[in-house]
Parts: sequence; C-alpha cells; structure tokens
Amino acid sequence: MSPLPDAHVDIPHWELQNNTGSVTVVLSGTWLARTADIPRFPDDSFLQRRGDSGTLEFNTQAVQSWDTGLIAFIWEVTRAAKDAGLHTSLEQLPAPMRKLMELLPDTIASPAPVAPRPKLLETIGSGSINGLAEIGTVTELTVEVIKNGCLTLVGRGRMRGVDLLNDTVDAGPSALLIVGVVNLLVGAILAFVGASQLQKFAAGIYVAALVGIATVREMAAVMTAIIMAGRTGGAYAARISTMQGNEEIDALRVFGIPVSTYLILPSVLSLTITMPFLYLYGCVIGMFGGFLVATAMLDLTPAGYFHATISAFGVGQFLFGFVKSIVFGAFIGLTSCRIGLKAGRSASDVGIAATRAVVVGIVGVILIDAIFAVVANAVGI
Amino acid sequence: METVLSVEDLTLAFGPKVIQQDITFDVRRGSIFAVMGGSGCGKSTLLKSMIGLLRPKTGRYTVDGEDYWAGSDAHRTDLNHRFGVLFQSGALWSSMTVGENVALPMQMFTELDTDAIRRLVELKLGFVGMLPAMDLYPSEISGGMRKRAGLARALALDPDILFFDEPSAGLDPITSARLDDLILNLRDGLGATIVIVSHELSSLFRIADSGIFLDAKTKKPIAHGSPVDLRDHCEDPQVHAFMNRTRDEEEKSP
Ligand SMILES: Nc1ncnc2c1ncn2[C@@H]1O[C@H](COP(=O)(O)OP(=O)(O)OP(=O)(O)O)[C@@H](O)[C@H]1O
Ligand SMILES: [Mg+2]
Repeated sequence: MSPLPDAHVDIPHWELQNNTGSVTVVLSGTWLARTADIPRFPDDSFLQRRGDSGTLEFNTQAVQSWDTGLIAFIWEVTRAAKDAGLHTSLEQLPAPMRKLMELLPDTIASPAPVAPRPKLLETIGSGSINGLAEIGTVTELTVEVIKNGCLTLVGRGRMRGVDLLNDTVDAGPSALLIVGVVNLLVGAILAFVGASQLQKFAAGIYVAALVGIATVREMAAVMTAIIMAGRTGGAYAARISTMQGNEEIDALRVFGIPVSTYLILPSVLSLTITMPFLYLYGCVIGMFGGFLVATAMLDLTPAGYFHATISAFGVGQFLFGFVKSIVFGAFIGLTSCRIGLKAGRSASDVGIAATRAVVVGIVGVILIDAIFAVVANAVGI
Repeated sequence: METVLSVEDLTLAFGPKVIQQDITFDVRRGSIFAVMGGSGCGKSTLLKSMIGLLRPKTGRYTVDGEDYWAGSDAHRTDLNHRFGVLFQSGALWSSMTVGENVALPMQMFTELDTDAIRRLVELKLGFVGMLPAMDLYPSEISGGMRKRAGLARALALDPDILFFDEPSAGLDPITSARLDDLILNLRDGLGATIVIVSHELSSLFRIADSGIFLDAKTKKPIAHGSPVDLRDHCEDPQVHAFMNRTRDEEEKSP
C-alpha cells in the first residue's frame, strides 16, 4: 500500500486487532469496487487463532464510502474466519452492510469435479455407438417423412400447405438468380478450357459436346446442389435450431404435433420439388454460357453449335442428372433438418448447426455424386 | 427527498399503435417505485422507454434533471451505465456461462483485473443464491434461476438505478421473499433507486413506496400512490379489485 501518511483516507485499508477472545477487523478509507483496488484478505490471517473459539468483529467507523467492493472483502474475511473456527458477529456492522451480508452463503461451494478424460478405447466405442444410433435416427426420420409425405399426397396428412408454399418459393424462384449466374459461369469456363485445348487439334466443334455432356451429367446437378446446400440447407438448420432454443420444438412435441410432418416434411418436399427444375434450368443456362464463349472464341456458327450440342447426348443423360438432383434435394433437406433438431439451445449452437449443415450437405452431395458415377459406369449409362 | 427519475406526459406507441399516454410520475432517490396493471397494458413498454430501447412519441423523461431522450446516443449510453436492468425473460447471453454473463459488463467498462472481477462475480451471484450455478450455461438452468442470474448481471456495475421487469415471476415463495429482502437491502445498502414491474401483490405491499397503475382500456394511468394506499383507499373498482385479490382470500381463511 502507498507509503503516504494519510493515504489510507482514500484507499481501502484494513488491519487486524487481536484481543483475547476476539479479533477485530478495522476497516477505513474508500472501498469502491470500480475505482479502487480492493485488497485480498489472506486466507491464513487467522492461522494463529485456529482452534480457540473466539469472535470475529468488524469496525467500519472509518470507512468513508463503500459499495459491493467492501462487501466482497468482508465476505472473504468471514469465510476465512469460518475455516479457522471463529464465530462471526455482524452486530457492529451498519445495517446496510449487515443486510447485504445476510444474503450471502457462508461458503463458496467447491467447483464441480471435472469429468475425467475418456480413454481412447472408450472414445472409439462411444463414437461407434453414436454413429450407429445416428444412422438409425436418420433412417427413422426418412421413413417417417416418406410415410407422412404419402399421407399428405392422398390428402390425409396434416402438413400446412402455406409452409410448403413458403419453403418452395424460397428454395425455388428466389434461388434462380444465383443458380443461373453460377451455372452460366461454369458452362463458360468449361467451354473456355475445352476450346483452348481442342483448338490445337482443329476439333473445336467438340466443345459443344464437351460442355453439353459435362453440364447435363454432372455440373448442373452438382453445382445447383452445392448452392442449395449452402443457401437453403444452412437456413433450415438455423431455423430449426432456433426453434429448439425457444422451446418451440418442445411445445410441438407436447401437443403431439409430429415434428416430421410439421417442420421437416415441408422443407424436404420443397427442396425435392424445386431441385430437378433448378437442374433443368441450370442445364440450359450452363449450355448457353458454353455457347457464348465457344462462338466468340472459335469460328463456329450458332446453328452448328446448337446442332452439335443436341446430337451429343440422349434423353438418358438428362434422366440421369434429373434423378440425381432429386436425390440431392431430399438429402440436403433431410440432413439439414436433422442437424437443426440435434443442435443445442444457445445462440452459438445455431451458428454451429448452420455451418455443419452446409459442410455435411456439400460433402454428402459430392459423395453421392461419386456413387452415382460408379453405378452409372457399371450399368453403362 | 429529491427526484431522480421524472416522467412527464409520456406517450408510448409502436408505430401508429398507441400503447399508453399521459404518463406522469416522479421517482425519488432511494425509493422503490412500482409499475402495476393488467397483462398487456404496457408496463414492459414503459420500462423500455425508460432504459433507452423505445423512444416515446411525446413527453419528457429526465434522469437527475438531464433530458434523457434529448441527448445524443453516446450520452444516453453513459447514462445507461448508471442503470441495472433485469428483463422479463432474463435475457442472459446464451453462449456464455452464468459467471461470464455477470463478468462481461465489468470486463467492458471497468479496469478491474480478472481476479477482482471473479471476486465481484462470486459476490453478486452469492447475493442471489446462484453461486453453485456459476459455471453453467443459461440453457442448463431453470427459468427462475435465469431470473436470478439476470438480476446478478443487472448488479454487475453497481448501478444506482435499477429496473426490474417481473423479478419474482417464476420463483417459489421463499426465493421470492428472499428476493424482496435483496431488493430492500440493495435500496438500503447501496442507496439504489428501483423501478419495478410486478404482479406479485405481497411483494409490492412489502417493498414499494409509491407507484402507478396503468389501464389497458383507456390507455392511461388510472391511479397513483403506494400499493398499500391503493389497496386501502383507491375508489376505482378496477384498481380495487386488482389490489385486493389476495387480501380478500386471506381474510376469508386467516
Ligand atoms: N414490438 C412490439 N410491436 C408492437 N406492439 C407491441 C410490441 N411489443 C409489445 N407490443 C404491444 O404493447 C402492449 C403492451 O405490451 P407490454 O409488453 O408492455 O405489456 P405488459 O404490461 O408488460 O404485459 P405483461 O404483464 O404480460 O408482461 C401489448 O398490447 C403488446 O401487444
Ligand atoms: Mg411485461
């Protein structure tokens, strides 16, 4: 503390007066938590008195002004006194301080023990069990959504039409711009890369086939799905996890409103419905992007390019991409809803759920696409 | 005693929808002022306008003589550092533990070191009996505990003006009585001025020195005075019914 002789007038100051049968804590100065450094009361101050059942008293006559900083200090003193077996008397404290002190517990409970870190084997074991359980839950959810979807189709479900409409508008028309821009650029890039290579062999006309097949078989479906996973999947996960935090999901459960019909079905359906149309739209735009670049870079007539594109692929290729995009839509809808349902209840959990939905959506779409490629190769599409 | 908060002819509205008008009252330093009225009459809205969340349509509101709404946003923020607010729903920050919720204002607005902050956090959680829950997240504690944690957070900066929106809703009678003690002790101990919205009649009779009664139908205050006065002397049938509900029951079965 400051060596200035009258310093204790402004700064918090305390001393112990040991008497027979009692010990008095004499406090003086200004004890304001915000402006001054409130000293710590050393835990072992009562050590030499341990065992003799004396009384702890306070003298606060020289305290000039105080707030909860002083109370924090007095509380520390009383806790140390209790540990040393001293009896605390708050009688001498002015009423305001005494009243605040009376609200406080006389010990701070020791913090809860930290759970021991699980062993490696345990981690693997519980990870596997959780993984299997998760597969089970997702399957159950899928079955339930399909069942409820069928019920709704025959008019016996209880999905709210307006929810489906809202979700569909959001997943479809509102996404047209971004899906269009991305597919246009991807088509243009394909044409650009193809043209610069094929030109060397005077095979420029094959750019049309390259862009057409790549777009129809792979690019339009995958790019559209990735955009939708980021845009709509993330939004669904965030929406459902926010509802989780507000106990809205609990309220649905208590009423017995099936979460799968009310929340998940509209989301999954809307994506499953819009995705194939977005795919077709993406195909057209992607090929148009290729057309723009190819006709600008190469010496091709629009009609020639158009003809080369048409003759490059059959309906089968279209069907392949079309089916794929339906699967992508259902996958993104289901996983993002599931991730939202599984999320915790705090604000940051919403962010985590949204991020996870996007990551799982994108990785999953690419995985599914790889499986499709292998299968298509095997059956020779 | 001198006036700290003064409200004159306040009109509160959300857009074109007027919630309350002609609200006039003064709150004296060191007193506990009760805002009463039926559900949905605009009590929380009045509180919002007193803590800077909703600009009143017309009227004047002064804090220690300074016009609260006339100054700049920065000036209002300064004044708000004198306020401690307990929201109706607790409004804890969900990504922080209870202890961190109380610590954040101190970290932001004081020069205290981590150790000093920890001591004060323990103290403030101790006041409301929430010490054992210090390291839990808001999603892991009960509704009443969230209220108490919110109260501890309101006390973080040792404010001299406190606003409580239904502090005892969701608490058991014993905790609720304890909370009344705490409120009285904060008033007596720290000289805090308190504005409280409450439906809890027993607690109002015990702690409030003065108050105002808002009416949803006429959109105006219909009575001024301490809850005990309103209970015993108010002629207005609506106020009388509101204030005497428990009393009638208690008299029937003492
Ligand atoms: N953000 C808002 N926009 C429009 N109107 C609102 C808004 N918030 C509240 N209201 C309306 O203002 C009125 C008063 O609401 P307020 O929350 O102040 O009621 P209250 O008196 O606190 O009720 P309670 O006792 O139930 O908490 C209500 O009619 C409510 O519909
Ligand atoms: Mg309210």
